[in-house]
Amino acid sequence: MTFSFLDFAFYAFAAVLIFAALMVVTVRNPVKAALFLVLAFFSAACIWITLEAEFLAIVLVLVYVGAVMVLFLFVVMMLDINLVQMREGFGKYLPVGGFVALLLVAELIIILNAKVFSPDSMPRPAGQPADYSNTQKLGEILYTQYAYPFEIAAIILLVAIVAAISLTLRRRPQTRYQKPAKQISARKEDRLRVVSMKSEKPDPDAAGAGTE
Amino acid sequence: MISLTHYLVLGAVLFSIAVVGIFLNRKNVVILLMAIELLLLAVNINFVAFSHYLQDIAGQVFVFFILTVAAAEAAIGLAILIVLFRNRHTINVEDLNRLSG
Amino acid sequence: MLTIYTLIPVSCLVAAIVAGLGGHIIGRTATHRVAITGVAISFVLSVYVLFDVLQGNYFDGMLYTWGTSGFLTFQIGFLIDELSAGMAVVVTFVSLMVHIYTIGYMHDDPGYQRFFSYIALFTFAMLMLVMSNNFLQLFFGWEGVGVVSYLLIGFWFDRDSAIHANMKAFLVNRIGDFGFILAIAAIVYVFSSLNYSDVFSQAASVENMTVEAFEGVNWKWLTIISLLLFVGAMGKSAQVPLHVWLPDSMEGPTPISALIHAATMVTAGIFMVARMSPLFEFSEVALTVVVTIGAITALFMALIGLVQNDIKRIVAYSTLSQLGYMTVALGVSAYAAGIFHLTTHAFFKALLFLAAGSVIVALHHQQDIRHMGGLKKIMPITYWTALVGSLALAGLPPFAGFFSKDTIIEAVHASQLPGSGFALFAVSIGVFVTALYSFRMLFIVFHGKPRMSEDELAHANESPWVITLPLVVLAVPSVIFGAIFAVPMLYGEFYDQSIFVLSQHDTLAHVGAGLAGQGGEISAWKIVLHGFITLPFWLAVAGIFVAWLLYIHRPEWPSLIQSRFKLLWQILDHKYGFDEFNEVVVASGTRGLGDVLWKFMDMYVIDGLVVNGLANSVRRISSRIRVIQSGFVYHYAFTMIIGLLLLITWFLIR
Repeated sequence: MTFSFLDFAFYAFAAVLIFAALMVVTVRNPVKAALFLVLAFFSAACIWITLEAEFLAIVLVLVYVGAVMVLFLFVVMMLDINLVQMREGFGKYLPVGGFVALLLVAELIIILNAKVFSPDSMPRPAGQPADYSNTQKLGEILYTQYAYPFEIAAIILLVAIVAAISLTLRRRPQTRYQKPAKQISARKEDRLRVVSMKSEKPDPDAAGAGTE
Repeated sequence: MISLTHYLVLGAVLFSIAVVGIFLNRKNVVILLMAIELLLLAVNINFVAFSHYLQDIAGQVFVFFILTVAAAEAAIGLAILIVLFRNRHTINVEDLNRLSG
Repeated sequence: MLTIYTLIPVSCLVAAIVAGLGGHIIGRTATHRVAITGVAISFVLSVYVLFDVLQGNYFDGMLYTWGTSGFLTFQIGFLIDELSAGMAVVVTFVSLMVHIYTIGYMHDDPGYQRFFSYIALFTFAMLMLVMSNNFLQLFFGWEGVGVVSYLLIGFWFDRDSAIHANMKAFLVNRIGDFGFILAIAAIVYVFSSLNYSDVFSQAASVENMTVEAFEGVNWKWLTIISLLLFVGAMGKSAQVPLHVWLPDSMEGPTPISALIHAATMVTAGIFMVARMSPLFEFSEVALTVVVTIGAITALFMALIGLVQNDIKRIVAYSTLSQLGYMTVALGVSAYAAGIFHLTTHAFFKALLFLAAGSVIVALHHQQDIRHMGGLKKIMPITYWTALVGSLALAGLPPFAGFFSKDTIIEAVHASQLPGSGFALFAVSIGVFVTALYSFRMLFIVFHGKPRMSEDELAHANESPWVITLPLVVLAVPSVIFGAIFAVPMLYGEFYDQSIFVLSQHDTLAHVGAGLAGQGGEISAWKIVLHGFITLPFWLAVAGIFVAWLLYIHRPEWPSLIQSRFKLLWQILDHKYGFDEFNEVVVASGTRGLGDVLWKFMDMYVIDGLVVNGLANSVRRISSRIRVIQSGFVYHYAFTMIIGLLLLITWFLIR
């Protein structure tokens, strides 16, 4: 049994991924947690590359690390969070949670070691040729067979944008701003009033006082 | 030789960590949202792995959609969080009990 | 022709609607004009249709389809033959007379328009019943007349007794209608059709169809259907023991008593049984029941009539008794005789009722005959017409009642049916009793010394022409109808199209053959001559003589007899205790049952256990399980982990 580069890459990135994931749920500071989440996503992207899913790996990095995680960081930094209060009960439940998690992982490992998933019954397929384009393949199927779900996904994103904006939009009645339509439609009669009145002669006393 | 099992176990471990994370970080909504992202990532790893070993691109299409929905969910979740914080000055889950009878 | 058939009931309906909804707009005079015009149109058209039928133009068809459900079609249709055309003429004629009479009788009543609307509506419903060609429409008309009867008995709805009486009439009729509905259901089950023609044509083929009512007891379907139908007829035609509502229905205005509770509605049951003759003919059991019930009603209700003092109630019990005669005629398969008696009875009983009403009006709504007397001189027209009515009722030749009643008795005599022996006895004694009570009434009211107060006597006058005209008009057929129509209707082929009689039951043919003698023709004259030598004639004469003896010659005897036979008199005065029985056993039993059902079933089981119990248990359970839904994400997450763990564990140890 040889230890190939692929094996090394998998183990390395898997270790980083698990470490990062553990840190996400355990660190005290949410900013750090977000940064560890970035690390986790990045490792996951690398693992996906070992699975020849290059497009998704890049998308994960670009969309998640680039956009969603930045959003997280932004929100976390914006909010003034009482960290001490947030951590209450963490230690109390850690033993129970850890035990349950270990049990879960152990059982899952036992199950996933089943015969159907073994290399004999499901061998690793041969690598794709050098000119193979994962992006092209994905695009072909996405825009043909999955065209309607794709459109629905687009609408979901649109709804998410509208929802996020309308939720966070805060109206400030006291803020002053221009209303161009009103400005344009203003007419002379609305603003100017000509009052006919007698011309006034200067009052001698006032004039005297004024000149003084 | 890396078999499908390796990837599936990785996904399972990640999933367990995320669920326990939700359980442990019972007060911080931000961490909860992050844990949910981790859950989805674990699921995605499984999808990609199966897609590769079965040589079926459809798995990756699913991952694509999951990413879309997850991004939307994160955006709306954070927006709600901001509104929440603006109104209640807290993101402590235990303080958010206005709607429970 | 279909248009004319349709117009007969519809003109009454239109009159009813106009009088009922627009009565207060168009005023009293216009209202009675509209109503009388509507009924008059119906009458004229009915007569026309009857003559048309006599030319041989029958009709059986539908007007339109009301609904379809599976194999059943509900149709509105007409069956026009001698039976329905003849009934339509009788109904519209009596109704017309009553309409005219009402102008005088109800003159001062505030519900004048309402009354005209009701009686026109009643005529419509009765015509629908009579002219129907299917069971559903029959039932519609049946219930229609029931509703109008209810409304009219309670016409003076501010009187407690009227409300009580109309409730009683309605409830007792419900019992009969229940049987009728069951009969219709059984007909649908057996024949898969509601149309008369379908049902009657199949009747012979299902004669031997039986159903196992109890273990090992097989009943013929036709017997069941016939008996259930007869239960319906018992309700409407007031046969013992469902007769209790009819005397009480006299709470209604007198025109109504004449129209509904004497001449037409109560004969609906008789008509229905005659119409269903193809079904009854195949069930000897049903016929026996019919004849027995009829005989009991004929005799025992007549006996009660002897002791009544309310003028309308005497006539009412007389009606009951005469309905019993008709039922007996049906039972011995002399359907034509039953219908013939129905017709003659409609004339002379309406006449008697209207005469009674005339007396009541003249004495300012005094109904007790003990406060009447000597009215012969004051009200000559009423007296002579009432005398004609009484003679017809007593069955003296050559009045109409003689032909019909005598034929019934002869038919009973000829019948081979079990129970006909008792029936013959009952109807024969009934003749004597009938003559006795009717002339008792006549003598007390019109002869002797005036027993009313001076004031009443001073104001008593002959009634106006709108009241006396119907009396005279009704008196004419009461005299001559029998003599003219008895031979063709009873012994001719008049009803051959509409009434079906098995040859072994054909008592009328037997009677006819006896009358005709050797090779001779039957004529009214022969019947009259034969009538003088039969027992019923002499019984009737004896009845009249006894009445004269007791109430004119020796007026002190009746109270003597009353004190001598106290027990008998009390039994009659309490009407054999039917009302008491109903009150004590049926009513309080129902109330007790209702109490139990209310307290236990409704309040405890349904409200307590089902309704509130369900809600309570939901509340109890949900208050326990609401603890699970804390609203905290970590609780759910933990539950998720546990669930996942259990699932995987189950996978492993499986």
